[in-house]
Amino acid sequence: MTLLRTAPPTAIFGMLVLAATLLTGIFAPLVAPYGETEIVGAEYLPWSAEYPLGTDNLGRDMLSRMIYGARNTVGLALLTTGIAFGLGAALGMFAALKGGWVDQILSRAIDVVMAVPPLILALMLLAIIGPSIPNMVGVIAVIYLAPVYRLSRAAAMNVVSLDFVDAAKLRGEGTLWLLRREILPNISSTLVAEAGLRFCFVFLFIAALSFLGIGIQPPTADWGSMVKENATLITFGDVTPLIPAGAIALLTVSINFIADWMLHRASGLKS
Amino acid sequence: MGNLLTIRDLSLEAGPRTDPKRILDRFDLDLDRGEVLGLVGESGAGKSSAGLAAMGFTRDGVRIAGGRIEFDGTDLARASQSALRRLHGRRIAYVAQSAAASFNPAHRLIDQFAEGPVLHGTADTATAHEDARALYRQMQLPNPDEIGFRYPHEVSGGQLQRAMTAMAMACRPDLIIFDEPTTALDVTTQIEVLGAMRDITERYGTAAIYITHDLAVVSQMADRITVMRHGREIETAPTPRILESPQEDYTRSLWAVRSIRKPDATGAAEPILTLEATSAHYRSFRALDGIDFTLARGRTTAVVGESGSGKSTLAKVIAGLMAPSEGRVLWNGAPLAGDHGKRTRAQLRDIQMIYQMADTALNPRHTVRETLDRPVSLFTNLKGKARRARVRELMELIELDPDEFLDRRIPELSGGQKQRIGIARALAAEPKFIICDEITSALDQIVAEGILKLLIRLQQELGLTYMFITHDLATVEAIADEVMVMKNGKIVESGPRARIFEAPQEPYTKRLLASVPQMDAGWLDRARRDAAEAKSAEAPA
Repeated sequence: MTLLRTAPPTAIFGMLVLAATLLTGIFAPLVAPYGETEIVGAEYLPWSAEYPLGTDNLGRDMLSRMIYGARNTVGLALLTTGIAFGLGAALGMFAALKGGWVDQILSRAIDVVMAVPPLILALMLLAIIGPSIPNMVGVIAVIYLAPVYRLSRAAAMNVVSLDFVDAAKLRGEGTLWLLRREILPNISSTLVAEAGLRFCFVFLFIAALSFLGIGIQPPTADWGSMVKENATLITFGDVTPLIPAGAIALLTVSINFIADWMLHRASGLKS
Repeated sequence: MGNLLTIRDLSLEAGPRTDPKRILDRFDLDLDRGEVLGLVGESGAGKSSAGLAAMGFTRDGVRIAGGRIEFDGTDLARASQSALRRLHGRRIAYVAQSAAASFNPAHRLIDQFAEGPVLHGTADTATAHEDARALYRQMQLPNPDEIGFRYPHEVSGGQLQRAMTAMAMACRPDLIIFDEPTTALDVTTQIEVLGAMRDITERYGTAAIYITHDLAVVSQMADRITVMRHGREIETAPTPRILESPQEDYTRSLWAVRSIRKPDATGAAEPILTLEATSAHYRSFRALDGIDFTLARGRTTAVVGESGSGKSTLAKVIAGLMAPSEGRVLWNGAPLAGDHGKRTRAQLRDIQMIYQMADTALNPRHTVRETLDRPVSLFTNLKGKARRARVRELMELIELDPDEFLDRRIPELSGGQKQRIGIARALAAEPKFIICDEITSALDQIVAEGILKLLIRLQQELGLTYMFITHDLATVEAIADEVMVMKNGKIVESGPRARIFEAPQEPYTKRLLASVPQMDAGWLDRARRDAAEAKSAEAPA
């Protein structure tokens, strides 16, 4: 609780937006006035009391789709970030601890992943294995594992050289203990801060893939594809397609506020 | 009143304004032109803050809460930033503890030298370069005409510290602040640097404030000495008087570590650890070169040498952190594997290590309880209640209150307390042999004294064998039974403490012993003369 009290206003704003988004996503069926794929009226209806944000290109309620979109887009981004971080951090710490050829093999493999531009790599891999949600999660997790691996390896390198790791080795501690109890607690604040940032990237990446048509498939609602589906409205001077785009931007900014605060705390701890 | 610098009632504060922490508390200081004042105290005594305040500078987060700093008629406590900038470097200069960290690694020494004079308009680049060569010569740097064109990483620590002093002299300031300038140097290097610093301040009649925790060093440099504690002045007196008749108990206690003497070991010595023709390499660099020795059970062997002499490598080889490239290590007559992973649990348990930096030797994310509980559970069969009792017992062994400290996190402890926890962690394994790697060098004299006394007591109670790695000969005199002098990965000389100290055979040992700062005022002159002679005696060997 003392943690929250010391948080700057930007971080509090970020946490409020994130909490609101998560709650909306979790309770989507209760909050949304209509179903996710339910066709409720004519196409491109203007904003009204009945349809607060109007209807989309197929006559579905925009607001309901925004609410379900929070669940799909944010939920998948969380899952993907979780996988990328779990694996990336574990491998990075392992490479830092073992050094030698283990480190060489892992690091070169990661270099190969990083050498290809992420969007092209994702398009290629998804074209090979087919666009489905599990495939997309897997592919993005692999792509984002690379920077996480490099970060956690670099951070862990600094910790591995400290005497307490030597002391633990001389006690005969196993690899798992060294990673989990000696190294991880000392790099966790860096990782958490980075996770906030990466979550944004993953989130935008999913939105981008959906916009290109190989991410989350219709009729599932997600913010990225909603921009694409309703893009024609912009030519008529209607701002409705910008609402999902605005939601993406708002959430990204909010998470960055939180990540900045975490980074600040992490660097404060070191000094 | 000093005719150059007068500080009156100066208070410095840090932390929140509602609950500030006093760094300096109504501190007074007077300095005349050409006078050298020593500031002595433990870390945290406020001596560095006082030194910086004499420049009108405070560290981030520290503010001046009251008082005046009058430098030649200007009150620096109220002077504007631009006024201070005109003084800094030109009339007041600063020499930091770590020259390596204070030079910009991307620029040549002489370019950094010229920066100040050019900026302040006292010289153009060509004149400044010429002056730099003259000052390098006066600082007795080797190749004074050429050394300025090197980068900071290309010269040694002692040379860098002298180059920094030369840089401070560039504008011929009225006042130089020396902040622990030789603390990071080896004793033999320290002599050269101290000598050069003293010569140059005398030559130009520069006033200086010399900050250190070592009374012996400051007694060579200063005309007057101020002893500080908790941000207050304890005692100020001319150097000879403070050495001969200190008025305050605290001043006397600063000498404490030099007064400990371990009782002489008695009885036959049976070997516990033997190294046979052991060498170790970092790639192609031979860090240990055919080491042969035997340690006796229940004794303390001090390993002495300058940095780079291989003493820490020796500790790593014995502990199993580094495999020897040749030779072998025998523990109780049985060979020890070079890699700790191949040693038996009993061997790991028998040989423990205490590290130099308690800050990095203990995991900052663990509590004291976690730190101690883990080795107890790994190395003993104690469970549940008995294990908790053992952890409390360990805390009592190291004289820390279990109720107060067990649930604290490591960063909440002071340096001395951390080092005690490091000792407790070693004891938790119930070892037979402990390697102490420079364990007191990061601590203040008084705290170090407590740690040494604790180790002596534990040895008598538990029959431990110590290998004590240090570069501080006062510590060696206090605690060692046997002394081993190392240089360039080889043993130069070894023997009982009394023989090494009273009748050293090798010229290197003699030079090392002569380098230890002594209290009397003439030591530095004598030591510089002896060092020159000893060096020439060593050369043919």
